Amino acid sequence: MLERESSIENEFDIVAARRGAKEVANELGFSTVDQVRIATAISELARNVVLYARMGSIVVRPFCEGGQQGLEIVVADKGPGIPNVELAMTDGYSTSGGLGAGLPGARRLMDTFRIDSQLGQGTTITARKWKA
Amino acid sequence: MHQQVPILKIDDFWIASVQGSLHDQDVIEFKQALLSKIMQPKSRGLIIDLTVLDVVDSFVTKTLIDIRGLAKLMGIPVIIAGMSPAVAITLVEMGLSLEGVDTALNLQKGLDKLRNAGKER
Ligand SMILES: Nc1ncnc2c1ncn2[C@@H]1O[C@H](COP(=O)(O)OP(=O)(O)OP(=O)(O)O)[C@@H](O)[C@H]1O
Ligand SMILES: [Mg+2]
Repeated sequence: MLERESSIENEFDIVAARRGAKEVANELGFSTVDQVRIATAISELARNVVLYARMGSIVVRPFCEGGQQGLEIVVADKGPGIPNVELAMTDGYSTSGGLGAGLPGARRLMDTFRIDSQLGQGTTITARKWKA
Repeated sequence: MHQQVPILKIDDFWIASVQGSLHDQDVIEFKQALLSKIMQPKSRGLIIDLTVLDVVDSFVTKTLIDIRGLAKLMGIPVIIAGMSPAVAITLVEMGLSLEGVDTALNLQKGLDKLRNAGKER
C-alpha cells in the first residue's frame, strides 16, 4: 500500500525519490531525524545510480519482522558494478572526485545495509531502518 | 523546474537563503552565483541560510566546503545559518564534518557574528 517504486535517471528523480521516501517514512511514524536519515541515504544511493550506472530504480516499502515495523529501500541498477565493494565502502574513496562519503555514510544512517554487485551486471543495495 | 536561490545584500554582507530542495544543477549554479557575488569589491561576508533545506548530502556538503575554501582565499568569512538539528545529526553520523565552517543558529545570529567579527578587525 505504501510501497513506492520510482525509476532514477536524472537529478530530478533524485529529488523526487528522497521526497517520496520521506513521505512514506513520515506516514509510517518515523521520527523527524529518521526521516532525514532515510531521505539522505536515498539521496546518496540515487545519485550513485545516476553517476555510475546512468539509470536504475528505487523501491521503498514498509516491512514488519518479529513484530517490529520498519522501512526497506532497494536501489538497483544494471550498471558496471562495483569492482571492490570493501574499497567503495571506505570513507573518502571516490572515483569521481567526490567526498567518498555516500556509501559509508548511507550505511551508518541505516540499520542494515547490503550490497550485491557483479561486474558488468549491476548493483543492488538493500537497506533497512527499524522504527525506534 | 529549477530553483533560484535569492542572494540578497545587507550592508556589505551577502545572504543566500536556500529554498526547499535543490537539484544538483541548482547546487552548481548556486555556487557559481555566490562566488561571483563575493568577488565583488566591498564584500565583507557571506551567510548561507539552510533553515528550510530538507536534505544535506555529501554532494551539498562538498559544495559548501568548496565555497568556504574559495571565500577564505578572498578573506571573506562564511557562516552557515539555520541548519536543522535533524540535518546536523545526520551529517555527523555520515562522518561528514563542515570543518572550519562557522555556523549560527539563525540568520540574525549569523549577521551579528559577522558584524562583530568586522568590529574586531
Ligand atoms: N551503483 C554503483 N555502480 C557502480 N559503482 C558505484 C556505484 N555506487 C558507488 N560506486 C563506486 O563506489 C565509489 C564510492 O561511492 P560513494 O558514494 O561512497 O562515493 P562517491 O560517489 O565517489 O562520492 P560522494 O558520494 O561522497 O559524492 C564511487 O566512487 C564509485 O566508484
Ligand atoms: Mg556517491
